[in-house]
Amino acid sequence: MSVLVDEILSNAKAAATPVGNPVGAAKVSAKDFQSDQDVRWCPGCGDYSILAQTQRILPDLNIPRERMVFISGIGCSSRFPYYMETYGFHSIHGRATAIASGLKMARPDLSIWVVTGDGDGLSIGGNHMIHLMRRNVDVNVILFNNQIYGLTKGQYSPTSEKGKVTKSTPFGSIDYPFNPAALALGSSCTFVARSMDRDPKHMQAVLKRAAEHKGTSFVEMYQNCNVFNDGAFFALTEKETRDENVLYLEHGKPLIFGKEKDKGIHLDGFTPTVVSLKDGKHSVNDLIVHNEKDSTLAFILANMTYQEKLPRPVGIFQSIERPTYDEMMSKQIETAIQKRGKGTLEKLLSSGETWTIQ
Amino acid sequence: MAKTTKSLEEVTIRFAGDSGDGMQLTGTQFTNTSAIMGNDLSTLPDYPAEIRAPQGTLFGVSGFQIHFGSKEINTPGDQCDVLVAMNAAALKVNLRSLVNGGSIIVNTDGFNDKNLKLAGYEANPLNNDSLSKYQVFQVDITKLTTLALADMNLPQKIVDRTKNFFALGMMYWIYNRSIESTIEWVNDKFKSKADIAEANIRVLKAGWNFAETTEIFSVRYDVKPATLAHGKYRNITGNQATALGLVAAANKATLDLFLGSYPITPASDILHDLSMYKQYGVKTFQAEDEIAGVTSAIGASFGGALAVTTTSGPGLALKTEAIGLAVMVELPLVIVNIQRGGPSTGLPTKTEQADLLQAMYGRNGEAPVPIVAASTPGDCFYSVFEASRIALKFMTPVLFLSDGYLGNGSEPWLIPSPESLPDISPKFRTDPNGYLPYLRDEKTLAREWAIPGTPGLEHRIGGLEKEDKTGNVSYDPENHERMIRLRAEKVERIANDIPLAKVEGDEKGDLLVVGWGGTYGAIRTAVEQKRAEGKSVSQLHLHYLNPLQKNIGEILYNFKNVLVAEINMGQLIKILRAKYLVPAVGLNKIQGLPFKSSEIEKKIDEILGGK
Repeated sequence: MSVLVDEILSNAKAAATPVGNPVGAAKVSAKDFQSDQDVRWCPGCGDYSILAQTQRILPDLNIPRERMVFISGIGCSSRFPYYMETYGFHSIHGRATAIASGLKMARPDLSIWVVTGDGDGLSIGGNHMIHLMRRNVDVNVILFNNQIYGLTKGQYSPTSEKGKVTKSTPFGSIDYPFNPAALALGSSCTFVARSMDRDPKHMQAVLKRAAEHKGTSFVEMYQNCNVFNDGAFFALTEKETRDENVLYLEHGKPLIFGKEKDKGIHLDGFTPTVVSLKDGKHSVNDLIVHNEKDSTLAFILANMTYQEKLPRPVGIFQSIERPTYDEMMSKQIETAIQKRGKGTLEKLLSSGETWTIQ
Repeated sequence: MAKTTKSLEEVTIRFAGDSGDGMQLTGTQFTNTSAIMGNDLSTLPDYPAEIRAPQGTLFGVSGFQIHFGSKEINTPGDQCDVLVAMNAAALKVNLRSLVNGGSIIVNTDGFNDKNLKLAGYEANPLNNDSLSKYQVFQVDITKLTTLALADMNLPQKIVDRTKNFFALGMMYWIYNRSIESTIEWVNDKFKSKADIAEANIRVLKAGWNFAETTEIFSVRYDVKPATLAHGKYRNITGNQATALGLVAAANKATLDLFLGSYPITPASDILHDLSMYKQYGVKTFQAEDEIAGVTSAIGASFGGALAVTTTSGPGLALKTEAIGLAVMVELPLVIVNIQRGGPSTGLPTKTEQADLLQAMYGRNGEAPVPIVAASTPGDCFYSVFEASRIALKFMTPVLFLSDGYLGNGSEPWLIPSPESLPDISPKFRTDPNGYLPYLRDEKTLAREWAIPGTPGLEHRIGGLEKEDKTGNVSYDPENHERMIRLRAEKVERIANDIPLAKVEGDEKGDLLVVGWGGTYGAIRTAVEQKRAEGKSVSQLHLHYLNPLQKNIGEILYNFKNVLVAEINMGQLIKILRAKYLVPAVGLNKIQGLPFKSSEIEKKIDEILGGK
């Protein structure tokens, strides 16, 4: 880091506020992460829950508040940084991931979050999103997926189901939707997870794991837009239907679901199928045991999405380790300094062939 | 046969061949050697966009022109005195660049039936009198190269690749140059390929010896060193100077340098150079596209780096929205645009100055951006340093304009001492008491730079309109107008922070020739020539395009006529006319080529009368 930035940061350390400093300091709470701005999402919007759960888990991370940065693009979800008492950047449509990449490279000491949506992150910003993930920049991405364009008032999005009737598709959409988790896996993202706005406990656990992961963390967050796409995920989030439709992924545990915990996922070749644990033909031993380190399994599970006869997996599909981009960039610089010595301006300007005129 | 030596004040040589013939390398070697021998010089690489265009075709011809001398050299030369043509197509394309009575050195092997047909010659020009007004030297370079390497058992492909060094060796002999620095270069370049190194050196020497022994060349020329200021020199291209200027600026700002960039001709060399400078702490990021190039730089700037993005015209168009964001969030950012022929993909390898209005106005909304332009390859260093200084002091994106001609062209450069460069370190805000993100410095109107990591200064910025002082989102009508005016006023106030413009020549007179960017050398040569003839003509060359220096109006009003010479359809002239209401006339050329000084001289004569 540069001389100036170094100086600022060492001064900052000396004057550090109690935030995030657990020893002998006042306990930091979710409230410390709430800014003075009024939250302006529509009443009943799923975004409120995501904001609340995020603010809830941040104190547990032991990272000083001033080291946290929330970066967003454009869309309903992208107002998020205004409501966070951290550093924040509400940028332009689709580019939050690229801005976050630059910031992380310049400042590997920061904890950086990208807040985006299915339009911002997968449509206009799709390119930056896949490249962020393949590079494994150490940034946490929360993608609010409501399967609709909210801020522009109700056009279909790249995750809307085929046939969706919206203002811009009065005869039904003819687009096939993205499967964000599969896209993330296809982009070699090291941490890929899915959670839901109406399942706060699960969301907290997933967000915490995402924050702790070194490398790009991608969390697809199902989020209800109660104005333009109300109930898109109700089959997965509401009490009456949830247990039959959702498969919670837990590392090291067999894939079991159902109200009575009486169904499981069995692998028939490479094809996941639902088997009954009650009919006497199958037991727990026939089920897939979830393994976050197994990339092949992650693909199989992610591809259960949108398949009518299968429950929808939520949880952590994959969590693997790979050196991060920012880490490797810093290392190359260190190595160059070790090998060639720290460059001085004088040396640089006179490099190459020179001659002197007396 | 006795050989005689004649002394020359200046010479222009053009090397031309297939794009795979190594003409750029040959030209660069001749340039470096001449620079080391103390000549002043200026170069013009002229190459096709295709990396290896089909052999022998007209569109595959690659050229490199060097103008060197014992006097001050400001342009790569209007026309060449000597043309080295490696094949028929090279001759055909470049003959019009050769002065009447000039010399042609041809590789006769490049004039077989196939070459002649591809070049569109019905008869071999070497065998009829079509070249009678020139002095033609015919050498079978291919054959002589092959013979020189006969005992090395190298594949013919490798042998063919060294034939440019035969031509270089001959030219070194004719112009009395030392071959030592090229030998050193070869040994360094092919460190691990001893046989390739040996082949190149052998062929270079063979060319030299051939010129010395054969009776074809009876005269050799001496071009004495130029009188340049004392000091240490290196040869430098505009793109190299830009890379160095950026590292120097970061060093003098005690900041890390961050470059977010996407490869694009003719700007990629800056990315390449900066990627080499890891031991200077430079971070370079080859982004997935132009937009990620600029936005990653904006992210780095938010974090407290000297952030830069480099590109050329089409890339600048893609970065437009993000530059508007940088205007809104008032973060320092340097945008380097190495202009090329447009519109669209246009002429990627050719030069043009047609992005000035894009730089001025190419954003949605009222989004003023300061613009600094370089005038010579070496000046790119100082101009990009100045662009960085302004960005940091005024918390604003700054556009630095260079062009393909400056970027790839080269000249001897007096190396500055680091101490001679000003300290440009910014002041980060650290005191949380009374901090508001959009409080401004009274003098400059710059807001303060408060970087993540500083306790108590947590704040949010973004592209939505800001409330004055607090930076909160605001849709208030009066506030919007106030903020637009504040941002404009901030950029205007840069005029208080830059030196006044200086006229070269008399401060009053019949004609002022105004230019900006890479036209400096051609205009200077033309104006000096006309002044020597007794004409009342002066030159004003602008480095600051936005804001304009405070005395520009005053200068313009002191001349009866104003001529604005630009490599575009007339962009600066629009700005000058609108701001100062002067009846300026334009001289415009849009051929992907720089001005010849003779073209400017002709226009001066046209305005002032005379020959």
